[in-house]
Amino acid sequence: MAELVKTMKNEVAWDVQKIRADFPILRTEMHGKPLVFLDSAASSQKPQVVIDALSNYYATQHANVHRGVYELSAAATDKFEEARSTVQRFINAEHDHEVVFVRGTTEAINLVAHSFGRKYLQPGDEVMITAMEHHSNIVPWQLVCQMYGAKLVVIPINEAGEINLETVKELMNDRTKLISIVHISNALGTINPIRDIVDMAHQADIPVLADGAQATAHGKVDVRDLDVDFLAFSGHKMFGPTGIGILYGKEKWLEELPPYQGGGEMIRKVTFEETTYNELPFKFEAGTPNIAGSIGLKAAIDYLDNISVEGMQSHEEKLLESATTQLLEIPGVKIIGTAEEKASLVSFVVEGIHPYDIGTLLDHQGIAVRTGHHCAEPLMDIFGITGTIRASFALYNTLEEIDKLVAGVQKAVKMLS
Amino acid sequence: MSIDEIQNEIVDEFAFFDDWTEKYEYIIDLGKNLPLIDEQYKDEDHLIRGCQSKVWLHAERQDQQVHFTADSDAMITRGIIAMLIRVLNDQPASDIASSDLFFIEKIGLRDHLSQTRSNGLTNMIKQMKMYGLAIEASK
Repeated sequence: MAELVKTMKNEVAWDVQKIRADFPILRTEMHGKPLVFLDSAASSQKPQVVIDALSNYYATQHANVHRGVYELSAAATDKFEEARSTVQRFINAEHDHEVVFVRGTTEAINLVAHSFGRKYLQPGDEVMITAMEHHSNIVPWQLVCQMYGAKLVVIPINEAGEINLETVKELMNDRTKLISIVHISNALGTINPIRDIVDMAHQADIPVLADGAQATAHGKVDVRDLDVDFLAFSGHKMFGPTGIGILYGKEKWLEELPPYQGGGEMIRKVTFEETTYNELPFKFEAGTPNIAGSIGLKAAIDYLDNISVEGMQSHEEKLLESATTQLLEIPGVKIIGTAEEKASLVSFVVEGIHPYDIGTLLDHQGIAVRTGHHCAEPLMDIFGITGTIRASFALYNTLEEIDKLVAGVQKAVKMLS
Repeated sequence: MSIDEIQNEIVDEFAFFDDWTEKYEYIIDLGKNLPLIDEQYKDEDHLIRGCQSKVWLHAERQDQQVHFTADSDAMITRGIIAMLIRVLNDQPASDIASSDLFFIEKIGLRDHLSQTRSNGLTNMIKQMKMYGLAIEASK
């Protein structure tokens, strides 16, 4: 793992080759060429420690949790609950029962939308999102708004892909019941001022949910610092396994919300007439949980704990800067999403060329990017495009890979012109 | 020529290409030269929606044969469409309905028909065969 080395200029050095050695898939090939993986915003790759944690769990520790009277089950339960405490520490939650294991960000948002909607939404009420949301933070709210006759209010964005806090303030009113907002936009890279929005919302007693799917792999996300009421994120975007995610909720909210799904584990007592529910967090964890996933996620957090956040961030900034500068030198390239506060991804279009064509020709050069609408169709409509090519970077990408991307795009443009 | 004869002809043509660049340059050329669909048919009714690229397909019955015209917003998709049209155009409806389009796999383009690509091509082929089937059934 990379060590923090202060140079003469007081810059944080980043040993990217040392990091890359931790990720076995980065030594593989695509179409016979060394894999250049620039799609971490869709799903990040896994370090060996995560792979080992999963395999070791299944090989030596597996049993169902919270019910067995035998040693193996008790040990698996300890591991599972240890993972919960690790997540609690990672996001600096006050209590470990504020951490609910779910399948991913999507399920976390659906849980809040349905449970919150059932308890609080009345006809005429409003739920606020932004124009840059992923479908996962649009559709669940549309569904519950339809169920309860509530209205979905959309905070507009400017040409750079930023929201204006004044507009948020203007749109808030006494019918606003909740604000659900993306922390870092998957399609634009925009980093939203979550704390400012939370402060404004809390003055009017409006809770805020942050979609943290893109945030946790790129820096510290502190729920007490942000003061968010809910935070949703996925393990697989932060070097952990797929199928495991987290819903963080402040204790006062999770106590108030009714259960989302019914089943085993979430009950206290069941009769055919009535069921009483288990305490937090189990009230929201119906059925056998993703035990292996939680253990893999813990391994990913342990991995992130051992690297320097400053080093990672300054490295990712360099990747972003290099990609932005070089791509803009290619005639016809336009970058979509030019926010002042931006994470390390570049979404772009090339005039007169379909993103699918560029993506296909990059694929054959061993370069993995995402093309299309990035599950943000309303956002693409705002920019008047059907999709973009998105290259997203993570701690293991190199400046040489950015050069390969740029050369790859140049080659693709030449072939298509 | 029959559907299979044309398919074999395409497979032979692709055998000349040394690398993927040449292959795709050829597909892009085909895309550029695809005879355009009449603008009036580039509407919602003729649209085959893909997640990645859009395809418009129009079919006209000429006796027991089917005449296709199509277009796409992506050039590589257009190139593949050009080949599909070359294979299926003006063929007997019954042959279209029962065709096995083996050339796609043989020239290494099966990827483009996978679920993840979602570029409209898979549905376009289904639609072409459906037209064949419909005309065959109305005999």
